[in-house]
Amino acid sequence: MNITQEWNDILDKVKTWARVNSPWLIHYNSGSCNGCDIEILATLTPRYDAERLGVKLQGSPRHADVLVCTGPVTMQSRDRLQRIYDQMPDPKFVVAVGSCAISGGAFQGCYNVIGHIDEVIPVDAYIPGCPPRPEAIIDGLVKLLTAIKTGAPIQTEKPEELLDVV
Amino acid sequence: MMLEMTQKEEKFIIPIGPQHPALKEPGHFEFAVDGELVTDATVRLGYVHRGIEKGAEARNWNQNLYLVERICGICSHIHAFTYARGVERLAEVEVPPRAQAIRVLVAELERIHSHMLWFGVAAHEAGFDTLFMFSWRDRETIMDILEGLTGNRVNYSANVLGGVKFDVTDEHRKTILEAVDFMEKRTKHYLNVVTTDAMFLQRTRGIGVANLQQAHRLGILGPTARASGVKRDVRVDAPYSAYKQFPIKMVVETAGDLEARFVVRLKELFESYRLIREILNNMPEGDLQVKRFPRRIKPGEVISRVEAPRGEVFYYIRSNGGEMPERLKVRTPTMMNMASVLAMAVGHQLADMPMLLVGIDPCFSCNDRGVAICNSKGDHDQWTWERLRQHGIDFYAEKV
Ligand code: SF4
Repeated sequence: MNITQEWNDILDKVKTWARVNSPWLIHYNSGSCNGCDIEILATLTPRYDAERLGVKLQGSPRHADVLVCTGPVTMQSRDRLQRIYDQMPDPKFVVAVGSCAISGGAFQGCYNVIGHIDEVIPVDAYIPGCPPRPEAIIDGLVKLLTAIKTGAPIQTEKPEELLDVV
Repeated sequence: MMLEMTQKEEKFIIPIGPQHPALKEPGHFEFAVDGELVTDATVRLGYVHRGIEKGAEARNWNQNLYLVERICGICSHIHAFTYARGVERLAEVEVPPRAQAIRVLVAELERIHSHMLWFGVAAHEAGFDTLFMFSWRDRETIMDILEGLTGNRVNYSANVLGGVKFDVTDEHRKTILEAVDFMEKRTKHYLNVVTTDAMFLQRTRGIGVANLQQAHRLGILGPTARASGVKRDVRVDAPYSAYKQFPIKMVVETAGDLEARFVVRLKELFESYRLIREILNNMPEGDLQVKRFPRRIKPGEVISRVEAPRGEVFYYIRSNGGEMPERLKVRTPTMMNMASVLAMAVGHQLADMPMLLVGIDPCFSCNDRGVAICNSKGDHDQWTWERLRQHGIDFYAEKV
């Protein structure tokens, strides 16, 4: 019993180590204006180079650890968002990028917009901005990774004041 | 015999999207294939449809400036520019010349960043990731300028109704000119790459050809059309704003294939560099904004056309004299070009599809202007011809 416990602890450590050093991202645009998506892509290119953190953007939800969402959720893309989230293996993390993903942003009240990401799937980290700068996106990712590493609660909280503005 | 018949009728369909490694944005494609050859293609759009046109009717004239900017995060300035131009014409307000020049300056800077962005993505789809990284690195130079000028990298909010928000100082002028020189050098290099690199040419030369007749019939717009020999550019055909003082030359190619689309877009950049230099060296003096812009706009309707990086953006605006528009209609170039992808896809290898799609520089967030109607059960409400006819008869019978 004890041996299995120890063994599991070691295995957990190895898993966390691997997870923190090579988080694979999947990106889904559930109704954004493209601004956030472009900034996410810019984060991976030479000037900002998020790949030095081991981050890799790739296509299949089955290989991903972190789901990066942009934009408000439209009626058509809700099912897809849900499906992508369900297809990801556990443990999974969700990052909402941009004020649209956090609160619906400029599109609040449009008829085809259901709302923000955390009305559909649970979100772990929020990165505000319209769009957030690449530095902000890196900062959000680092906070998420630190939280995974230490097991502490994630530091980025939903900025309440953003909700009041619109 | 029977077996053969059924085999012939069966189609093998490959669905792609809305979330797919080859697509950066959600769109759903279905390619019917015979072996590797595509025999039919359909598209389903609307994943990013947010209902902006209707939303605009619930926001006042000023708020809408920020809403239309968020139709597309790549050509955000163009949308705000088109909208502002329309509303200013409705209100019969004349924008000061300096403001007009600054608007065009930002529009051309935006064209450079958009074309560089497209160039990188297209290179990525061709499997040429080094070029992708290089072009995006160079693009950051322009992003720095835009940020220095306006304060934001994307969605700059350069416009207000009746002018612009910021001035271009001498310091700006110096940095912009330096950056433009650098970009010009790089663009020359890229033009050299896309026209001489054998690997790249394999993916682009003679692929996705749309000749002049097809381009006219399909209503292709923007650089995609100019690559097929269509002489259509709003900046030249109907010069607006500062393009009247600073004319631009149209870049036209005739080959109509993917290579021509690369060449047109890259050559257009040289025109943009020239124009930016010209504007900066001959900046008109004067105010940045009109003194007062009315809160209510008198009744009337107006159309406004502007050449975006991807083609012509068309706005129809109607006012009923209130604080909000009565109707705002937006037509974006990708919507028009999408049909050409479906037409060109037939007869090509499946492996060419990403390049074909990226060749028109698609922007789905501009594109998604409508959704399918769903009834309460969630399935699509399709009307048969018979039902439509009956509806027509009933509708007019009631009216009489
Ligand atoms: S937060 Fe801003 S940039 Fe991002 S998707 Fe929304 S409107 Fe576009």
